Amino acid sequence: MNFKNFEKYLSTTIIFFITGGILVLAFGGYLGRASRGLSSSLVDTQTWFATRYIAIQDFLGAPRDITSLRQNNAELEAEVSRLQSQLIELQQKVGETEILAALLDFSRSNPESTYKGAAVVGRDPSPFLHYIIINRGSNDGILRGMPVVDSQGLIGRVDAVVADASRVQLITDPATAINVRVQNADTDAILIGSVTGDLSLDLISQEVTVEPGDVVLTSGLGGGYPPDLIIGQVLNTRKRDIELFQQASIQPAVDFARLEIVLVITNFRPIDIEPLVPVSNP
Amino acid sequence: MFRNLIAFPLLALVVIVQSAVISNITLLSGYADIMLVVLAAWSLKSEAHTAWLWAILGGGMVAFVSGIPWPIVIVGYLFVVYLSNLLRNRIWQAPLLALISVTFLGSLVMNLFVLVSLNLLGRPLPFGESIGLVILPSILLNLLFAVPVYVIIRDLAKWVNQLPEKE
Repeated sequence: MNFKNFEKYLSTTIIFFITGGILVLAFGGYLGRASRGLSSSLVDTQTWFATRYIAIQDFLGAPRDITSLRQNNAELEAEVSRLQSQLIELQQKVGETEILAALLDFSRSNPESTYKGAAVVGRDPSPFLHYIIINRGSNDGILRGMPVVDSQGLIGRVDAVVADASRVQLITDPATAINVRVQNADTDAILIGSVTGDLSLDLISQEVTVEPGDVVLTSGLGGGYPPDLIIGQVLNTRKRDIELFQQASIQPAVDFARLEIVLVITNFRPIDIEPLVPVSNP
Repeated sequence: MFRNLIAFPLLALVVIVQSAVISNITLLSGYADIMLVVLAAWSLKSEAHTAWLWAILGGGMVAFVSGIPWPIVIVGYLFVVYLSNLLRNRIWQAPLLALISVTFLGSLVMNLFVLVSLNLLGRPLPFGESIGLVILPSILLNLLFAVPVYVIIRDLAKWVNQLPEKE
C-alpha cells in the first residue's frame, strides 16, 4: 500500500518535472519553430480576446462617458461664457477709460474752461431734431446755452434743463447756425446743420480760397460759443459765379453716432445780443 | 378701472426705450416711433375713451423729452387714435390689417404734420429730403415694429379690460 502510494507520488513528481522542463525549454526558446508557433498562436488568441473585450467594454461604458463628457462640455461652455462676459466688461471699461483719458487730455489742454462730465442717456424721439439727453441738470450747475464738447471738438449746446438731466442741441441739428472761422483761409462763415446730419458752411466770400482739409473752428462771434473750438474739416467746396457766396461741406471731428461721454463747459455764459440788434421802426 | 393706471409706467417705459434704444436704430435718417405704434395698437384693442387719455399722456411724455413743441406731439397722437377708431369700425374683422393701415397712415400723417409745423415755426426742413430720408424710412420701421407691439398690447388690453370675478 505504502509502496503503491510512493509510486503514485513519484510518477506525479516526474510528470511535473517533465512538464516544467518542457515549459522552461519552450519559453527559453530552445524548442525552436514548434515553440514559436505555439507562443504566437497563444498571443494571437489572447489579442483576439483582448480586442473583443475592449470593444465590448467600450460599448457598455460609452453612454457613461458621453454623459460625463457632456457634463464637462457644459461646464467648460459655462466657463467660456463667463470669461467672455468678463472680457466684454473689461473691454467696456477700457473703452470708458480711453474716453475719460481723452477728455482729461482735452481739459488739460484747454485749462481756461471748467468742465462738467456727463453721460449721454438718450436721443430725441423725433428724427427731425438732432438732440441728445445727458444725465446732468440744474442740480449740477448746468444752465441753458452752455457749450458741450468732447475730446474731438464741439458737440452742441444745452437747450433745456431739468433737475437731473439736460437736452443738448447738436451742431448737426437743422436749426443750427454757428459763426465759424476757416483757419487756413482766415475767413468767417456760418455753419449750418441739416435733417440728415450733414454739416455745411455758408456765406463764405467768393474771393476767399477754401481748400479741402482746412480746419473749421468756432469764431466766438455772436457770443453763442467760445472761440477756437474745433468743428471739423472742409471736405469740398461749391463755388458758382452767379452766387454771392460759396458753400463748403464739412466733415465733423466728432462721431455723432457714437456719443457716450461729453463735457459741458460750465464757466461760459452765452451773450444775448438780441437787445443790440437794431429794430426798424415803421 | 384701476388697471388703466398701467398706462403711466408703461408709457414712461415706452418713452425711455424710444429715447435710449429705438432712436439709435436708424434707417437712413429715420427711426421708428414706438409710442405711435403702441397708441395705434391700444386704440384698436381697448375702449375708445381710454385711448384718447393714453394719447394725451403719451404725447405729454414724449414732448417732455423731445424738442418738438408739446401741442404738435399731442395733436399728432390724438389724430392717430382718431384714425384708429375710424378704421376699427370699418375693418374690425381683420385687426392686423387695421393695425397696419393705422400704423402706415398714422405715421405718414403724424410725420407730415410735424414737418409742416416745424417749418412754420422757422426750422428749415426741406420737404424732399425729409420725405425721402426721414419719413419713408420711419414708416417702414414703424410697420416692422407694429406686429410684435400689437401682440404685447393685445394681451395687456385683455388684462386691463378683464371684468372682476363675482364673489
